[in-house]
Amino acid sequence: MSTLATMPVIERGTATSRIAAMAVALIIALLAIAPQFLSAGSVDRMTALFIYVILAAMWNALAGFGGLVSVGQQVFFGLGAYFAIRLADAGLNPFLALFASGLVVGVVSIPLSLFMLRLRNGEFAIGMWVIAALTHLLVNLDRLVQGETGTSLISLNVYDAGTRRATIYWLALASMTALLAILFGLLRGSTGAAIRAIRDNEDAAASVGVRVTGTKRLLFVLAAFGIGIAGALWLATSITFQPKTYFNVQWTAYMIFMVLVGGIGTFEGAILGALVFFLIETWFGGTGVWYLVGLGATAVVFSLFLPRGLWGTIEERFGLRLLPVGYRVRLAAADDDVTPSPQQTTMHQEKA
Amino acid sequence: MSNQIIQGILLGGYYALIACGLSFMFSVMRIINLAHGSLAVFSAYALWWLASRYHVSPFVGLLIVLPLMAAIGWALQRFLLERSARGGALLPILTTFGLAIVIDNLLFEQFGADTRSLAPYIGSLSYDSWEWPGSIYVGKLAVMMFATAIVLLGGLQLFLTHTRLGRSIRATSEDPDTAGLVGVDARRANAIAAAIAMVTVGLAGAFLGMRATFDPYAGAPQLLFAFEAAVIGGAGSLWGTLIGGIVLALAQTLGAQVHPQGFLIGGHAVFLVVLFVRLSASGLGLRDLLRLGKTS
Repeated sequence: MSTLATMPVIERGTATSRIAAMAVALIIALLAIAPQFLSAGSVDRMTALFIYVILAAMWNALAGFGGLVSVGQQVFFGLGAYFAIRLADAGLNPFLALFASGLVVGVVSIPLSLFMLRLRNGEFAIGMWVIAALTHLLVNLDRLVQGETGTSLISLNVYDAGTRRATIYWLALASMTALLAILFGLLRGSTGAAIRAIRDNEDAAASVGVRVTGTKRLLFVLAAFGIGIAGALWLATSITFQPKTYFNVQWTAYMIFMVLVGGIGTFEGAILGALVFFLIETWFGGTGVWYLVGLGATAVVFSLFLPRGLWGTIEERFGLRLLPVGYRVRLAAADDDVTPSPQQTTMHQEKA
Repeated sequence: MSNQIIQGILLGGYYALIACGLSFMFSVMRIINLAHGSLAVFSAYALWWLASRYHVSPFVGLLIVLPLMAAIGWALQRFLLERSARGGALLPILTTFGLAIVIDNLLFEQFGADTRSLAPYIGSLSYDSWEWPGSIYVGKLAVMMFATAIVLLGGLQLFLTHTRLGRSIRATSEDPDTAGLVGVDARRANAIAAAIAMVTVGLAGAFLGMRATFDPYAGAPQLLFAFEAAVIGGAGSLWGTLIGGIVLALAQTLGAQVHPQGFLIGGHAVFLVVLFVRLSASGLGLRDLLRLGKTS
């Protein structure tokens, strides 16, 4: 008994996290039947929320877990919409085109990753911005797009407004759930340990045999694919495609805001950040310029004073973990008689 | 064609001007300031405001705006960059990006969406030109811009190699801890370097306003130009920045010849080609290529 009592116990979840997992399943089920009860406007807003969650989670995967801060992720958002237009124009069913477009964006990002991942930190950040600017200009050259005039996903018009709205809602919900599940599985699996090792110290990770570049490439391509899907879904909700709005750096600004506020490098943080952003947009989006000033200022304040974000701070303060992707070591946890000493609680500080 | 080449080379002077502050800050503090372009546009607006409101010539206005920019640079380093740099290499990117959004939108809030220019306030200088042999016309402003770039780059070079302060900045950029051991105040050196960088940004903003038009969101393209020129030419000396600026401008000029929308495409394309060749040829990180001020 005494040896067992001092044996460290490695936990992959807690009682809270098991409740949380059930709550997540319930929430998704409720969201799936929600269009029956919501007004048309609310359904559209919820669709936007799902897209924000995708954007935040994907940017977080890249920056929070891969250590790759990009200010050019709008390139994948724009390409997602553009390829959807192109594929639908070639005769593909418009709803199918949304997913095919995400796949194409993912494939395009593979050769790009070979090149861009050799840059580090700030160079990667602005390098991606240059890629986004160049891609925007090249898409403008396409006759179908007609420069900044843009075009629309006309083939969606064969569906009546109600069906279209509900279908896009479900597609967005399904995409969000699937992408979050992929990310969760990735982080919880063996790649997850490698990803967290890279996040904490890239050189040290490489020295113990972590395949740094391969792991980063995986995250880069996943983020491209997810953001491509998000761009295609956004196109489906707004129908019109103007390159200027889709290739706008504003999208990356939103992603950065959501992740910084929610908690960079935490799985739950990105989702929380997207929720916060969604609420702020709903309440203050009408104030125009001041709203954007506020977003920028909040990002600065969080990066300076609360770099772990809301969720990171909550997690640190209360040891709370709802969707655990990491491992947690508890000493003497098997012996109920031992009261936890301060030293033992510090063992909980392993980062997810 | 030779006319276009000369215009391109002179335009390169502007890119060198806007790039030198970016690469200077990067080489000293290892920070790429994403608010770089927005701050240049801020300087242009400050000069425009002085000129339109108080009829201050932009050249006189620089006497007010450049010290202001130096103060901004000092404050930026002390209150923002220093703190965020402690959180790792990624945080300053996010901090300065947030700052850029704040500056852009405050400018929009204050001055509206109209495009502005300083050209109306500098008399005939904006369109005066000299005729060179072979009926080539070169704008006086463009020549002035190019000359300013050379003087500024040369001055910075001399400052870094021949003054005590310059040497302490270089020492800090090499290794802040060791520099501290031999009595260099790294915080002070960094703050001064940021102030100097912002003065060059202020000058670049002035020329941006004189040679073209600007609007509140013009900062992002300026940042990209600065970054591209710094990377293309940044082979180890400040003069590389000038070469980088010229290459960028020539590529843009060539691009514009090929296609009506080819100006920007040409610039971005040459940047990526240079980057690709460099990365595959050297195996070095870009960090090593961007290093400046290590000429001695």
